[in-house]
Amino acid sequence: MTDQHDNPIRDAVAEAIATNDVILFMKGTPEAPACGFSARTVGALQALDTRFAAVDILPDPRIRQELTAISQWPTIPQLFVGGELVGGCDIVTEMFESGELAELLGADGQAPAAEPAVADGAPLQIENRLS
Amino acid sequence: MPDAATIKARIEAAIPGAQAEVEDWTGGGDHFRATVVADAFAGLSRIQQHRLVYEIFGAEIGGPIHALSLKTHSQ
Repeated sequence: MTDQHDNPIRDAVAEAIATNDVILFMKGTPEAPACGFSARTVGALQALDTRFAAVDILPDPRIRQELTAISQWPTIPQLFVGGELVGGCDIVTEMFESGELAELLGADGQAPAAEPAVADGAPLQIENRLS
Repeated sequence: MPDAATIKARIEAAIPGAQAEVEDWTGGGDHFRATVVADAFAGLSRIQQHRLVYEIFGAEIGGPIHALSLKTHSQ
């Protein structure tokens, strides 16, 4: 069980997924995406007026490493709704165009105001949660 | 350096009956776009379909293959 040591980053990623109805792990921030795929995914969410939490994976390479270990998904961005991986840019774009994304978020995207959704504010900074 | 023909061949070899169209999106040999049609996708969610393709390349995705954009369909 050598890989069962304390892993605060993995715990923080898992907790962020569990506690935010809609959370996007991306490169950069919703205001300043650092990758076209992340930008397009943010665009789809914003087009649907979705409240979502966002985590920039770039500040620490371990965030991506742990996220991928949890999600078994190799690329960024990754959108989770209700704790489940929805997909990356391709799937989110396809679902946006087909209306499935609106349907999915219509049910789950109306996060209560108490949700720490940060669409307009500072993105969730995982490393800050560890200090 | 991966190329589109190699990626196509690897997808078709790994997923029985799959037909893949792969293009080098940027011409730079690291961003690819693939459409994959396979009976093996029947009954699987998009996530599961894409995972079948991503699993072929393992750690190469995000490494030498910066991006592999996917569209998948069962026939």
